Amino acid sequence: MEQFLYAFLVGGGICVIGQLLMDVGKLTPAHTTVTLVVTGAVMGGLGLYEPLIKFAGAGASVPISSFGNALVKGALSEAERTGIVGVLTGIFEVTSAGISAAIIFGFLAALIFKPKG
Amino acid sequence: MSNKKKKKLSPTQQQYQVFAQAREPKRPVLLNSARAFLVGGIISTIGQFFQWIFVTYFGFTDVTASNPTVAVLIIIAALLTGLGVYDHLAQWAGAGTIVPVTGFANTMAASAIEHRTEGFVLGVGGNMFKVAGPVITYGVFAAFVIAIIKLIITALGGI
Repeated sequence: MEQFLYAFLVGGGICVIGQLLMDVGKLTPAHTTVTLVVTGAVMGGLGLYEPLIKFAGAGASVPISSFGNALVKGALSEAERTGIVGVLTGIFEVTSAGISAAIIFGFLAALIFKPKG
Repeated sequence: MSNKKKKKLSPTQQQYQVFAQAREPKRPVLLNSARAFLVGGIISTIGQFFQWIFVTYFGFTDVTASNPTVAVLIIIAALLTGLGVYDHLAQWAGAGTIVPVTGFANTMAASAIEHRTEGFVLGVGGNMFKVAGPVITYGVFAAFVIAIIKLIITALGGI
């Protein structure tokens, strides 16, 4: 049960970092998400993000920083199997579900809903 | 405004910048952070709940369950975006709705819906990644560089 508490705390904490980047650092939302993704990728490369996911579950895997981590993870695990080309073929391996779902359901939303205002 | 741009301004324009900056409404950083924490935490907790369902009832492990979890959150976010709920929430919650993966889905669905009037190929197809694109571009490039560095270090027998 404490997994839910850790997910809440860590997920909320990462969002506060994002909010501070926007309010104090005066970054646009796009710059904020890009910063978090690159940070996640660097943490993934250093092997620091996986322990965070183990600890906080969805609290670490739902924020966009896990996207960067998953890209690195996919590239490295495929490179281990197939050599250096695996970096190219494996980069989307882990994140493919998220990106495909976003494209498919974004498109369906555009089919169904009309713009407002 | 960046320092580079500031240098090109005339003295009067610089004075105006100072004047405008002093009158800019102060951002309620603490309140915004509290809202971001609350909403971001709740979205993560919902994600944890779906993850728990996938692990308990569908035989996923803790690691593999994060894929379907993210997909479910994205479907919900696309639906809420279409219904106009997500954008209302985003105005209140700031980074609390932007940072989770649902914010990524929201930007894609929102740009797709918004540009529908320009046609389905150039409008929807061409603009879907307009806001979400930077995340993918920088994520992939950073991941590529990091993976290469790590492979080189490993090949050299390092860490």
